[in-house]
Amino acid sequence: MTALVIRGGHLIDPAAGVDGLKDILLKDGRVAEIAAPGKLKSANGAESLDATGLTVAPGLVDIHVHLREPGQGYKETIASGTGAAAAGGFTAVAAMPNTKPVNDSAEITRWMLAPERGAQVRVFPIAAATRGSKGEAINDYAALKSAGAVAVSDDGLPILKDGVMREVLAAAARVGLSVIQHAEDTRVTQGASMNLGPMSFKLGLRGMSAESESSLVERDIRLVTELRDTRAHLHVAHTSTAAAIAAVRRARRSGLRVTCEVAPHHFLLTDEHVGLYDTNAKMCPPLRSAADRDAMIEAILDGVVDAIATDHAPHAVHEKEVEFENAPNGIIGLETALGLSLRWLHKEWKLPIGRVLSLLSAQPAALLGMKGRGTLTVGSFADVVVFDPKAEWTYGAREGKSKSRNSPFDGWTMQGKVRWTISEGRVAYDSGL
Amino acid sequence: MSPTAVPARRKLHYPPVAASPFPYNPGSLLSAQDLTLGEVSHLLARATALELQDPLVREHILAKRRVALLFYESSTRTRTSFELAAKALGADTTLVSSLSSSIEKGETLKDTGLTLRALGAEAIILRHNSSGAAWLLESETRLPVLNAGDGMHEHPTQALLDLRTMLAHLRPGVESVSAETLAGVTVSIVGDILHSRVARSNMLLLPRLGARVLLCGPKELLPELAAQAGPGIAIERDFEAALRQSQVVMMLRIQAERLAGMQLDLEQYKVAYQLSGARLAAHAPRALVLHPGPIIRGLELTAGVADGPQSAILEQVRNGVAIRMAVVERALLAATDKGGRA
Repeated sequence: MTALVIRGGHLIDPAAGVDGLKDILLKDGRVAEIAAPGKLKSANGAESLDATGLTVAPGLVDIHVHLREPGQGYKETIASGTGAAAAGGFTAVAAMPNTKPVNDSAEITRWMLAPERGAQVRVFPIAAATRGSKGEAINDYAALKSAGAVAVSDDGLPILKDGVMREVLAAAARVGLSVIQHAEDTRVTQGASMNLGPMSFKLGLRGMSAESESSLVERDIRLVTELRDTRAHLHVAHTSTAAAIAAVRRARRSGLRVTCEVAPHHFLLTDEHVGLYDTNAKMCPPLRSAADRDAMIEAILDGVVDAIATDHAPHAVHEKEVEFENAPNGIIGLETALGLSLRWLHKEWKLPIGRVLSLLSAQPAALLGMKGRGTLTVGSFADVVVFDPKAEWTYGAREGKSKSRNSPFDGWTMQGKVRWTISEGRVAYDSGL
Repeated sequence: MSPTAVPARRKLHYPPVAASPFPYNPGSLLSAQDLTLGEVSHLLARATALELQDPLVREHILAKRRVALLFYESSTRTRTSFELAAKALGADTTLVSSLSSSIEKGETLKDTGLTLRALGAEAIILRHNSSGAAWLLESETRLPVLNAGDGMHEHPTQALLDLRTMLAHLRPGVESVSAETLAGVTVSIVGDILHSRVARSNMLLLPRLGARVLLCGPKELLPELAAQAGPGIAIERDFEAALRQSQVVMMLRIQAERLAGMQLDLEQYKVAYQLSGARLAAHAPRALVLHPGPIIRGLELTAGVADGPQSAILEQVRNGVAIRMAVVERALLAATDKGGRA
């Protein structure tokens, strides 16, 4: 019977079309009432948070994170990763299956969801599309779905074989799961550690071409076209090239269920940011050319992109303190996504704040069918982020809640500081200021 | 790939690229780009002075200073000349190579570097198979690091010794270089450019002295985007056309160890790109022929050309010792110089 009132804040709930001063009553993990300031009918005795001057929005939803458990708790645990999520304003994260062992069974999916993991916000496991993510044998999607999986993916690796991918799309469609593809033709990216271009030539590093991404996206779209009647849903993970975005754009125009996400590093950084072998600028897909980065911004601004997702990929300090070619791919992102999106997409590139929030909550929640999340209508989950939209602050990777520090945004100015993150009615993060 | 259908481009302001903190140590030589022309002139002058100096006097310059050679790849010329150079100045040298050290047991470059520093090394000369390794070693140890070749990336002392060799023939007596010193000179670099750190260091250095660099080779070994690596660089696929324009021809070895599965028809390659006596006589009878070594006789050049009157290949090797004396001296004395950044 816990109740919590958030008073005096500016509620922005893009999915419900709400944008104004409201008080909100949260009760038993759900949104119980929304009213003009001071007008709540049933808030008597509830604990209250003063959100005067702050923005209140649906808790953010990240559909692409790596929580590293089971198996690599030295990089991150479900507890520490969801702690970072809460600090970043996220109340729901979808965890990729490239754990050790790979999450390709209902047993591992249930293990991840067990209360003993100490999750601070809601975790939605994404199960492996194929056994061991080896791209060959298809897993039991019905069992995975009933264990709690919200999508299937072999993320980190692509599903390369045409026949296997077709079967994955069809089988997932039968049980109503989305297929998330890591689009990288690994047959042509062997030994490559950054984007192919003048910069990779200059640095003497082998490069990944833009085609290594777009060719697989185009192949997948062909398969979805063939499977049109099955309602197969293809979601393109971490889209990074102009050509791949163009393919998604075309697919969408022809009415296919094809969606895509873009990570903050791909709409902000280019391969120039690799600098002199900064391993915190190494990820897969890699930072691309300026033209690709511009295409990501354009696609976000004109609505082709369905979600901003961080691809939060923690690695221990010692793993990144090695030769660039030998460093693992990935950067952390949960604690910087909101601050970077508001600083750049909103302030600099003039995307309305409601659309920024929608890309970070309503749209990704809808994309993976997370019912009652990404919005704050009465009856929805009491997943809320309260933040100061004007506050500027400097991100320090060392001070973060993640176990890892591998961020290229260390020392960057962020806009929008999270005050409270509330997960199903419980305060999961309190900045204390 | 069709051009992408992006709407009219908005004018955007982006997050800036951070300035490079490298080199951390003023004695380091990581890239040919790090040297100002003033520093290049100073190193050329010191190379000559040290070469001419009485060996018994010279050996006091770095007497008992400690220099470590850390070699992850095999090497004849570079390793030996660095070692002889350091010893000629009186330094104690120690060689750590990947096959006879804890590197074999899985020690990282960072830990090996810190270990050498704890053992008293005052500078580390690094040859490594990964591009960028010298930057990693420098940032972790903050010692003067001399890049003796990092992967496919750079080999700055090779560019300096190549420059010394060119100047001796084209601009005898000149040691103080400027942006016009090599004006009117075309240097062709021929062969496996893609995998060559020698090519990259020369491409970064020579145009700054006014030279024009022509890159020549097949598409597999010379991607079009190489021309964008810096100013003063162009691509000429026709070897004979390149020869006709060149005062200097730098031949490169095909780096079989870095081909990574690439299939190359060597017979076809020789037909198009081998420097033979006939080709040289017909198209560049006065050009200086350079090669960083090791040479593969009968592949990128014929034995007759390697041993012929236009070849300065062994002169390059000799210049290596002189240049490396100057570079090692700078490594250990720069930090204490007034102008140091440390």
